[in-house]
Amino acid sequence: MTINMILEQIVFYAAAVTIVFAGIMVIGSRNPVRGALFLVLAFVASAILWILLEAEFLALALIFVYVGAVMTLFLFVVMMLDINLEPMKTRFVRYLPLGLLVMALVLVLVIFAVAPQHFGTAKYAVPQHASASYSNVKELGSVLYTTYMYPFELASVLLLVAIIAAISLALPSSRKRRLQRPGEQVQVKREDRLRMVKMQAEKKILPSRKWLKKR
Amino acid sequence: MVFFPNPIPVPQLSLVLPEIVLLALTCVVLLTDLFIPARSKIISYLLVQASLIAVAVILILQFHWPTTYTFSDMFVFDKIGSLMKIFMVGVVFFVFLYSRGYLRQTRLPQGEMYVLGMLSLLGMMVLVSANNFIPLYLGLELLSLPMTAMVAMNRGSGIAAEAAIKLFVMSALASAILLYGLSLLYGTTKSLDINQVAQAVATMPNSQYPVVILSLVFVVIGFAFKIGAVPFHMWVPDIYAGSPNSVVLFVSAAPKIAGLGMAIRLLVQALPSMNIEWQALLIVIAILSIALGNLVAIAQRSFKRMLAYSSIAHMGYMLLGLLAANPTGYGAALFYILVYSIMALGSFAVIVLMSNSGIEIENISDLQGLNSRDPWLAFLLMMLLFSMAGIPPLAGFFAKIGVLEALIGVHLVWLAAYALIFAIVGSYYYIRVVKVMYFEEPKITDPIQYSMEARLAMSVNGLAVLVLGIFPGVLFTLCQRAF
Repeated sequence: MTINMILEQIVFYAAAVTIVFAGIMVIGSRNPVRGALFLVLAFVASAILWILLEAEFLALALIFVYVGAVMTLFLFVVMMLDINLEPMKTRFVRYLPLGLLVMALVLVLVIFAVAPQHFGTAKYAVPQHASASYSNVKELGSVLYTTYMYPFELASVLLLVAIIAAISLALPSSRKRRLQRPGEQVQVKREDRLRMVKMQAEKKILPSRKWLKKR
Repeated sequence: MVFFPNPIPVPQLSLVLPEIVLLALTCVVLLTDLFIPARSKIISYLLVQASLIAVAVILILQFHWPTTYTFSDMFVFDKIGSLMKIFMVGVVFFVFLYSRGYLRQTRLPQGEMYVLGMLSLLGMMVLVSANNFIPLYLGLELLSLPMTAMVAMNRGSGIAAEAAIKLFVMSALASAILLYGLSLLYGTTKSLDINQVAQAVATMPNSQYPVVILSLVFVVIGFAFKIGAVPFHMWVPDIYAGSPNSVVLFVSAAPKIAGLGMAIRLLVQALPSMNIEWQALLIVIAILSIALGNLVAIAQRSFKRMLAYSSIAHMGYMLLGLLAANPTGYGAALFYILVYSIMALGSFAVIVLMSNSGIEIENISDLQGLNSRDPWLAFLLMMLLFSMAGIPPLAGFFAKIGVLEALIGVHLVWLAAYALIFAIVGSYYYIRVVKVMYFEEPKITDPIQYSMEARLAMSVNGLAVLVLGIFPGVLFTLCQRAF
């Protein structure tokens, strides 16, 4: 085992342990903001794993898109919401035994399925490292718009659906909407906004004695 | 410099023409709807219906074309897909026709509903003609995301929001489970292409077998979630009860056809050599769905909830055809689901049309004395309900016969007998509604107001059940020949 392989294994296990720890903390932390930050940690650690797999472009995309954009927005939302966690906590305790049972069952099944005897190095050859001139982005680009054109187009339609759904759910009805019409706004004249009213001078009315007493 | 190191042939766009036309016209509708004033919304409605007719015409003209793969084998054009697409487009056409008056009266945003409905239809069409796990998954998401938005569209209502959240979380969970199963399959077969997966699984060494079984279990769970079969049915009644009636009409019919399409691609075409295993899983799901759906439906007071549980039971009957695991069974399941989509469409349409008068119709008691208020509507609903119960001259009877025949053909006579007993149990609650309509005095006596074209569509819909019952031959042969 060369020093490179040992280093690789250290990085792999460190990142893997971080993902599992962060994943548990996302669910377990009391404060939702802290939970969101742990999710960021989980994303960063998965990006490290992807770099180990030589998927540099995807790793960077994960950091830019998820950590940089999605989670930042998510943090804003979480900070603005006033979430009361107490009622959730009581239910959490009530369903905990059942949840643990299901979790243990699924965990055993999954460990059984992805065990070394099915996916180990005896079954699959150890993947070779790519050469230094290998470009991840170029490989991705050459199949994305050719072989995977159909799913690529479908994903774009999915984004269109998200836009339509978000706008139609969040946009207030036309009565409540406050629109900016700059063209009309700059042409406004004094007469449109201000009305001069001529009033007759009136006698000053003193508050009555009774009212003064009350105060 | 070579830009395309591995050039691919230009995809045969003529095969995907219905999808392309639908997407393009959806975008046209989306843009025109923004610029036309609220009082002339009928323009966007007519545009939507015209584009659906155009898509249906293309589909029918293409129907006799041979099975072809395109888009690097990601898209398959075959008879199963074409038949399902024609029915889905037709069903959505009727859904929009029925819900126009309802949407206008409840002041739900019409244009957005139509556009989301069309995009969901596009998702269904992509799903039923996917030959690769990626488009299959994308089609599934494209099917369910617009539906979630449609459920949530009634923003003032608390239960609609609850229903939308439930649908969203449940479909996300189902997608996650399905994806996990598919990723395990990808890990063992090293392919996402359905035909290649089928080959790889058939020639697989025994040591890999447990992994495929586990992925199969995940795939079946994901599928059962999506069609709402027991024990993954909890969301169905809540969604039906919480959504606006027009959305229930949409959710109840066309997506079920797409669900069967997904099962055919995933189980029948991708894992044909595992048929003994998925047959066992589907038997359990079918037994539970038929029993729970029929028994709980008896206890319901709400008409929408009753139909929701009845849909769970019907999904069980449809699975009976699928689990026969031979072409006769698949054809019977396809026939069942197509007939069911017509019946569900008609019976939900009645409550949508009745709600037009301003009040939301929900309970069975709201149907009291429908016969004296609108005899023709009551007659059509009676036929649809009798067809759901499986009473002889109607289409539902032949659908059930086909499924049971396929079961007996593979020597599962006990299962056929079980299904028959619960069909009799189920007919109780359908006939109870008929009793309420015909033999009870109405509380409100004013006649039901709805448009002429809705009346015409309702008649076509109700009589289709009768015509398909008397002459089931053509459609039944088409379904059988598709496999």
